[in-house]
Amino acid sequence: MKTVPAAGPTGGSRREPVDCIFDVVVIGGGVVGCAVARLLSLHDLDVALIEAGADVGAGTSKANTAILHTGFDATPGSIESRLVARGHALLREYAPMVGVSIEATGALLVAWDDEQAARLPALAQRAAANGYLRAQLIDTAEVYAREPHLGPGATAGMVVPDEHLIDPWSTPIAFALEAAANGCQILLNRRVTGCTVGSETTELITTTPTGALHTVTSRYVVNAAGLHGDTVHRMFGFDGFTIQPRRGELIVFDKLARPLLRGTVLPVPTAHTKGVLVAPTVFGNIMLGPTADDIDDRNATGSTRTGIRTLLEKGRRIVPSLVDEEVTAVYAGLRAATEHSDYQLSTEADARYVGLGGIRSTGLTASMALAEEALSRLRSIGLDASERSGVAVRLTPLGEAGDRPYQQGGRIVCHCERVTETEIVAACAGPLPATDVDGLRRRTRTLAGRCQGFYCFAEVARLTGWDPAS
Amino acid sequence: MSATTPAHVVIIGGGPAGLTAATRLRALGVGRVTVLDREQQMGGIPRHTDHLGFGVRDLHRLMTGPNYARRLVTRAEECGVELRLSTTAADIDGTAVTLTNGERMQADAVVLATGVRERPRAARLVPGDRPAGVFTTGTIQQLTALHHRSIGRRGVIVGAEHVSFSAIWTLRHGGCTPVAMVTELPRHQTLAPLRLATATRYRVPIITGASVSQIIGHTRVEAVLLSNGRRLDCDTVVFTGDWIPDHEIVRRAGLAMTPHAGSPTVTQTFQTSSPGVFAVGNLVHPAETADVCALDGRSVAAAVVRWLADREWPSNVDAIAVEAPVLWAGHSSHGVTARVAEVIHGRLQLLADGHVVATTRRRQLVPHRAILLRAAVSPVARLMVRLAE
Repeated sequence: MKTVPAAGPTGGSRREPVDCIFDVVVIGGGVVGCAVARLLSLHDLDVALIEAGADVGAGTSKANTAILHTGFDATPGSIESRLVARGHALLREYAPMVGVSIEATGALLVAWDDEQAARLPALAQRAAANGYLRAQLIDTAEVYAREPHLGPGATAGMVVPDEHLIDPWSTPIAFALEAAANGCQILLNRRVTGCTVGSETTELITTTPTGALHTVTSRYVVNAAGLHGDTVHRMFGFDGFTIQPRRGELIVFDKLARPLLRGTVLPVPTAHTKGVLVAPTVFGNIMLGPTADDIDDRNATGSTRTGIRTLLEKGRRIVPSLVDEEVTAVYAGLRAATEHSDYQLSTEADARYVGLGGIRSTGLTASMALAEEALSRLRSIGLDASERSGVAVRLTPLGEAGDRPYQQGGRIVCHCERVTETEIVAACAGPLPATDVDGLRRRTRTLAGRCQGFYCFAEVARLTGWDPAS
Repeated sequence: MSATTPAHVVIIGGGPAGLTAATRLRALGVGRVTVLDREQQMGGIPRHTDHLGFGVRDLHRLMTGPNYARRLVTRAEECGVELRLSTTAADIDGTAVTLTNGERMQADAVVLATGVRERPRAARLVPGDRPAGVFTTGTIQQLTALHHRSIGRRGVIVGAEHVSFSAIWTLRHGGCTPVAMVTELPRHQTLAPLRLATATRYRVPIITGASVSQIIGHTRVEAVLLSNGRRLDCDTVVFTGDWIPDHEIVRRAGLAMTPHAGSPTVTQTFQTSSPGVFAVGNLVHPAETADVCALDGRSVAAAVVRWLADREWPSNVDAIAVEAPVLWAGHSSHGVTARVAEVIHGRLQLLADGHVVATTRRRQLVPHRAILLRAAVSPVARLMVRLAE
């Protein structure tokens, strides 16, 4: 009935598996698409993941606040509330098994005036309505006892003990590696630019960065195209939501700032945004952000003078001594927001299509639950998928709290992040290799540190063979 | 060589300051001297600064950076210094040094000589895209001098300090055309001859009073926008100077720091606030030329030997007081060195216990540029640097 293609990712140079009809093709190699591909690959299915970019997890998924949310502040009864809670439980269990670092620091939601303090009991009730019962209101003295470096003016707080930090870079890579290990084809540099929905199969036209066209045929399609989710949705002839990118700028501070915080410090959320938070990262830094700007350009991932200034002003109020520390990185991510407040999930039986649209900043947390959701929706429209045992993967954890390879010796190349030569060489090999500096950074932390390459860039260029002039 | 004492001194950092200190310590009869360096070669920054300008004050000859580095390494080896490469010190606890692989070395004295790096783009909060092609001088020097790699075609240099002119030279030798030099300050911050050479030989315009307000480019740099509205098309941006000490060990050990310098506070003889722990080189004065760092190393050796003999340490190690617009002041081997926060025409003076002991001549003082105040002062005097009235 079908030709089973060889496992592993396919670059631009490899022959397209034209003869193959996949059972399911997942469009989008962000954290959600990778989670879906992973779960499908653990079933008796031929699966492919198509990604427009050169790597998985290289779009919005790489530039978020890296928090494993409890969903305590979601809208009760929403799809997001349900999937964030479920996703939290799934990812919290999965991450340690595959070597994705998580850290149980908890979060402290801080009220900075009486009006905000007055809203805390309602937030605790909302948490309960979301099924989260461990939130705890605390007074001013307890707020400062918990986070002594907070600026003056905090009036009360709410502790959310189960908010975790997570490594956002390794999560989609772990999903994709596990998918690939279980037979999923990962097709990189293929932007879906057209589709023909037939009675039995759907033909997806993909375009490479150099303009080469390929056709990928599948019985079922899952749209996890993130920022381009509405474009793909319309390609299939559906409507109902439009992506309005919401840019979030973030500032990452030097590791020497890490002792300033015990856990995440959240503001009292508004209807528009969760607000600017200050949070440790699993890599041992402190992060400040995000801003929330509705923009039109889906490629505008640059930072702005206004954004940086706004964040530093807010940061100075929340943790005054933080802004005296050196800044290690400034970046911006685009949330795939829509005109709706909830996720936009759709199931289309005739087109054998499941859409996972409007997955905003909670997508990392909800990713594994979204995968379950996608599978159950596929089954509801006729996909026959029986579970089978799969191959497990194991990454080298990147988190600062756990053991790292340099502690066993080995030559350190990236001194700021203490990445060894062995790790760098390994990241450039295997089924899903790093092909540029950004990919290497997300796999190993190389060049993610305070010197930004002053000491090691030339050596990294030598080890990888990448051309610094290109 | 004098009689050998059975002490062990560990030096962290094998640049000009650390290597010179090590050589001198052996010459003064210290039994065991170990230099730790995390790189694969000793020598520090001069290793990859492939042009003349090294060795003048310490070796009394004019050398290129790589030759100078080799000379310092050879000398240390000849003196029986133990050189440990690819070895990273993680922390100090008193005079015990812990390496990243967990190894612990109990020393009798520690000399910190970890040097400086240039503030990269992010630390300068330069907004815009994050394309490839954004470097520091240190990076492009290593790419060209150590690895013979090309960098790009058209480069914009951010900053106009001494090192920024080295960046022009490096770009040219790497086959990259320097498009312009951009500084926020109203003038360059180097020596007039260097400026002149740049204007005449390399014909690189210096754009003053402007900063980079945005970097543009999706995969590779395409242009920079300046705060004065100009757009410079380029594929390479080099952030130069704006030095910051590599002070992680110092901070983690909780040593007293000099505000705004990012350096551990030291006495005239380079003692930090922790008994037995010395600090030298650009770690304590970001940044001076390599030979000044080497002379720090030479002079700290005598202080280390004294400590090994008498184990006496000052009870207070205070930073030199400063008044705005002086940003910070610290000790170097050739006197008190200071930096100002803004361009100002005037004179700086050094006060010891309230008395003026040194005054610079009246001139334009510019940020980033070392301002030297030389005077013989008591080690216990309270020092201050301020603008003369």
